[in-house]
Amino acid sequence: MSTHPSPAAAPTPGEQADAAVAAILASALHGGERGTVVDSPPGAGKSTLVVRAARELVATGERLMIVAQTNSQVDDLVDRLAQADAGLAVGRLHGSDALPSEIATRHAGVVASTKAADLRELPVVVATAAKWQWVRDTDPWHHAIVDEAYQMRSDALLAVARLFERALFVGDPGQLDPFSIVGTDDWAGLHHDPSQSAVVTLLAHNPGIVPHRLPVSWRLPASAAPLISDAFYPFTPFRAGTESGDRLLGLGPATPPPPAGLAPGLARAADEVLDVAAESGWGLLELPARLTVRTDPEAVAAVAAVVARLLARGGEARSERGTAPVDAERIAVGTAHRDQAAAVRAALAALGVTGVTVDTANRLQGREYDVTVVLHPLSGRPDATAFHLETGRLCVLASRHRHACVVVTRAGIPELLDAHPATEPVQLGVVSKFPDGWEANHAVLEHLRRHRVPVG
Amino acid sequence: MNHSTHPRVDQPLTPLEARLAALRGDAAARSMDARALAALAANPGCDRRAVLDAAGVDKASLAARLGSPAAFGQSPFAITRGLVFERRLRADRCAELVALLRSELLPEASAQTPVEVPDLLPSEGPAVRAARTRVALSEAAAAASAGRAWTLLDRPLLRLDVAGSSVSLEPDAIVVGPDGRWTVVEIKSFPILDGSADPTKVGAAARQAAVYVLALRATASALDAAAPSAVRPAGASGAGKPGSPYVEPEGLAGAVRTTGLLVCPRDFSNVAVAAPLDLRKQLAVTRRQLVRMTRIETLLAALPETARLDEAPEAVDALAHAYTPDCLAACELSFHCRTQARAAGAVETLGRGVRGELGSLTTVEAALAATGEGEALARAARLREEALAR
Amino acid sequence: MSLLTTLARLEAVRAGVAQPLATVRHRHVSERPFALVPLAAAGETGAPLAMLLGSDREHPRLLTVPQPLDRDLRFAFLARLGDELLPYLESFGGDVELLERNVKDPESGEKTVEVRELCADAPQLIVPNPGGVELLGLFGRSTRFRRTAEDPDPGPYPAPARVPLLGRWLTHLSERANVPGSSMLLPLTSTLARHWATGQSSLEDAHLGALLAWIAPPEGSRGEQAASRAENGRDERGQLLVPPAGPATDPDFDSLLLAPAVTRYDAARSAQDEPLTRARAEEIEALLRSVLLPVWHQVWQGIDLLRELPPAAHVVERWEGDRWSYTGHRDRVAAGEPPQPLHDDAVTAARKLAQREREQVRVDLEEALDDPLAMAEHRLAGQAFAGEVVEVQPDYDTSGRSPKPRPLVTVRTEDRPHLDPGGEVHRAGGPSTQRAELAWLDAEAGLLTLRLLSGMGRKKEPEPGSVPEQGEQVCFTLFELSARQSAPLPDPEDTPWTHGGPPQ
Ligand code: SF4
Repeated sequence: MSTHPSPAAAPTPGEQADAAVAAILASALHGGERGTVVDSPPGAGKSTLVVRAARELVATGERLMIVAQTNSQVDDLVDRLAQADAGLAVGRLHGSDALPSEIATRHAGVVASTKAADLRELPVVVATAAKWQWVRDTDPWHHAIVDEAYQMRSDALLAVARLFERALFVGDPGQLDPFSIVGTDDWAGLHHDPSQSAVVTLLAHNPGIVPHRLPVSWRLPASAAPLISDAFYPFTPFRAGTESGDRLLGLGPATPPPPAGLAPGLARAADEVLDVAAESGWGLLELPARLTVRTDPEAVAAVAAVVARLLARGGEARSERGTAPVDAERIAVGTAHRDQAAAVRAALAALGVTGVTVDTANRLQGREYDVTVVLHPLSGRPDATAFHLETGRLCVLASRHRHACVVVTRAGIPELLDAHPATEPVQLGVVSKFPDGWEANHAVLEHLRRHRVPVG
Repeated sequence: MNHSTHPRVDQPLTPLEARLAALRGDAAARSMDARALAALAANPGCDRRAVLDAAGVDKASLAARLGSPAAFGQSPFAITRGLVFERRLRADRCAELVALLRSELLPEASAQTPVEVPDLLPSEGPAVRAARTRVALSEAAAAASAGRAWTLLDRPLLRLDVAGSSVSLEPDAIVVGPDGRWTVVEIKSFPILDGSADPTKVGAAARQAAVYVLALRATASALDAAAPSAVRPAGASGAGKPGSPYVEPEGLAGAVRTTGLLVCPRDFSNVAVAAPLDLRKQLAVTRRQLVRMTRIETLLAALPETARLDEAPEAVDALAHAYTPDCLAACELSFHCRTQARAAGAVETLGRGVRGELGSLTTVEAALAATGEGEALARAARLREEALAR
Repeated sequence: MSLLTTLARLEAVRAGVAQPLATVRHRHVSERPFALVPLAAAGETGAPLAMLLGSDREHPRLLTVPQPLDRDLRFAFLARLGDELLPYLESFGGDVELLERNVKDPESGEKTVEVRELCADAPQLIVPNPGGVELLGLFGRSTRFRRTAEDPDPGPYPAPARVPLLGRWLTHLSERANVPGSSMLLPLTSTLARHWATGQSSLEDAHLGALLAWIAPPEGSRGEQAASRAENGRDERGQLLVPPAGPATDPDFDSLLLAPAVTRYDAARSAQDEPLTRARAEEIEALLRSVLLPVWHQVWQGIDLLRELPPAAHVVERWEGDRWSYTGHRDRVAAGEPPQPLHDDAVTAARKLAQREREQVRVDLEEALDDPLAMAEHRLAGQAFAGEVVEVQPDYDTSGRSPKPRPLVTVRTEDRPHLDPGGEVHRAGGPSTQRAELAWLDAEAGLLTLRLLSGMGRKKEPEPGSVPEQGEQVCFTLFELSARQSAPLPDPEDTPWTHGGPPQ
């Protein structure tokens, strides 16, 4: 833990973060409660914390199990653990129909198996909650880490909690909530509502657990952290780890001619919005208001144009990590629906662009890029729905970037929001942990309007 | 109960108020009651409803005069039952309500503090009642800060600016606690059964309470301005930063708690039970809604200066409607607007969500025409036909 | 709502009559259903006012509460409801099938045969709408914990003997109604709305009279007018021409007819004039009958409409789930188990949620398999495709010890599945479960070449009939065609610390 130079000086972001991590580790190792909860806003070093906590817990000589929510999260985690400590034997428990990815198995210390018994004696075993649920006939592990705990449902925790004695729960309360395909009103307001997030249940039953908080986002630039914190984390604010001059996005001149198939007007607007975003961290590319179907061809083309121009001009991201080119791997496109993602992929392919991640908010959770291009979930819609207004969806889309985020949309969303009925049902006894999606959408748009570039 | 038959006497009418009064005609002005607030929530984008509510028009009788009466009657049995419940709570200077609030809101230590129930002159006109409410609030705040008493305001009357015109609001009760915090109390007749209640009704109650919190904050700010030395409440601390919609305001307005109290019959009985309502989301939403509302003056431009709805109800058709089937559960004019929307072939008549499916196809005719070869709905039409042919 | 449903609604507007949303019936309809049309007393939570009920459509039984505030009258109502309903419910308990299954003793590991009873049929209750289901659930909640005169400590207001038992059945039935695809307690409006699209919104479909007006408009009138008449047409007394299907009564009925009648009844009663009291009660009965009978006929009209549709292939199998549910409750009652608790404990809640989710997946899959209109939804969404086999090429996997059949099947389709080479698909309507993967595709020509991976037997050559032939119509889905098993949960007494430990 760092010492403060003087009690009067405000702690630096680094000092704040160090102090938080030290307190978390102390609680996980020796705290009086069996559970430790850590709320981590986007890019606050959750993965680093998990790896570090894992190593410290293993260092006590006890065996550790790690629960993550998806197979790619598990592979990712295994990879990080092995990178951090090549000598650490890591078990990768997996289902017979979900083989582990090469990024996990390439490490010499990683042992993969479909049977827990094979991995039982290893210092660390990692698997999805869905896989852990089926592990039987075994003594409990002393320690567990539950990663992305806010995405885990309470009933999944109920099925795995018998496997460990103590646990560290880490997650981002601002991501998309777990959901159910059936109605769950029967249990609304109960402490153990099986459909709510595992953390909510845990805290309701263990009032002694006071959640820790990672207070600094190392991903989000100074241009984004205050907006994201205000709009999505008003009850648990955080700050950026860098100052406004620390991150620079340099773009090449807008001289390379646009490829055939990209309208010159659109290319010009794309160049302009990229300049705005490079300068300010945000850009809003606005098409004329129109009601469209979900896969609005013009909006899709505009998204593709922004990506294509960014790659054609060549960008350079300068940050505390050094300087690196912004190539396809460092760019992501985010959409609300899968068919939109498919349409964007097709449009990019038509412009000869490959290697850019294009996915829905659900799948972009936990990911990080230099530049993101977002098709606004409400663009062109005649009406909003609970799905489109879900706070977590916009939060995920607007908080994946280290440098800049360009949002592509049809005009008219504020008016659409104004006409949206405010008839959300309220369950007694359910505490709202997260702000309202309608309000957050307005707040973000109000901010983006300052960085607006119209098309046509 | 909900309409006030007295004109405002405290000051002359503004031109806007005069215009709205003329539009209403001889009919009495209605206050922004629970039903009007619910209609606002269900369809905030409807110009027609906005003007009618601002003018205090009785939409139910307007609908009847238009020949499409609403189906919002209340059974005499339900009314009686609600009245019995409320009367019991309020009997004896609100003895039962006070006892309930004491156990819900008061820390042990102050359980013995006496309670004031000032007379708010409920039978007087709205202007008098609003003035009485202001005075009572300021006295209550002083009493609380001196640790003398806590106060229950029974049926106070508040005013709030909505889209540039002032509306009357009548919360069921407001409590000013010994800690100086103000709490909005909503009394409802739906039951809390085994700890839970109909989420739709709770949601409506929460939005209603949020409006009252905002009106209370406005009143508190006015009191602050009138007496800058006014007592500061203890314990009001804002979440988030200034400018965040979740931040609690400075000054006396910060005394208003963002948690309301819902009072309902318990289980199958007539015994009252209270439940806290977290209003933070509803407050953030309502605040922005109110700020963003189109000003009534702008909407009035669609109507001739001389329009009088009591004489010529069909003048209402000059105001744009925004019908969706959700109106049926919320607005007295819904059958009238539905007839118009159906006549125009609007796809909204089939459901709010339908528009999202159909994008730019906004009429039934256009959508059906789009099932032809190469058109937007051709694929869907083919699949449907093929499946039905089997 | 899906685009195909929207399209059906648009067509209904044009046609002036409801359009099919299903080619088969997706819910079980019993040969001997029991219909109930309940009315609730306005303002009182879960208080009965009246009910028309029975399995004989010609001779419904009427139960009423002349003064709903009177606790004794309410109990009398519930006791009579028990008298009418319990014999029906219990009549299915005697006829059983015996099923054997092999079980392994957890301790000794010995295999034994267990014989279980499964009732050959189960009761089916039909109510007008979801509000009716909810009201029956409230009756269950308010009566299942009641003490009776037979209890050692009957308390101040003992209920009639069979009332708590009725409460437990009603609780069970209304819970079962929350399980997707179940048919033991069916609300008619949502069941009809699953099978027909009207030219109005789904909110308006919740009105049974308006819904039926669209599905079967009277001669010479269009759905829209008929529905509008059903919604708010009134006679010269100001009463609705088509009374609402409950549980709420029309407020104008309450204020103009019912309230005065109740007042007269109260007066007669407080005058202790028994014959007059009885006469007044009969007046109230007549009033309530007059608003219930039209709904009674609508309910049976709705049942007739459903019966006209051929049952879907999986309906019988799903009805077996209802039979199990019925048998299980019969056994719990017989074993003298206590009534269902107020709240589910953590484990029970998680189990129920898992069951409902599993059944939801199952019913969605089965409906798609049973009904081309349901499958069309998936095809339109790019989650399935159907077409004709244009070529079949034998091929083998020779990597193992013995070669396995891996034939290549090329399908011509107009569908545009969201599928890339290597992606897995599942054959719908084949002879057995069969997986395949997309080998390559020619999107322009609409040709997809699939490699079949399973479902062809264990030999080198595929079992006859297991590989589709040239010219055959086939359908494949991108999703699996069976619901996944749910993970095991601890016993309630082993509830972990994260969930508050074992329930007290
Ligand atoms: S019913 Fe008519 S006036 Fe009322 S909100 Fe709907 S559209 Fe507006």
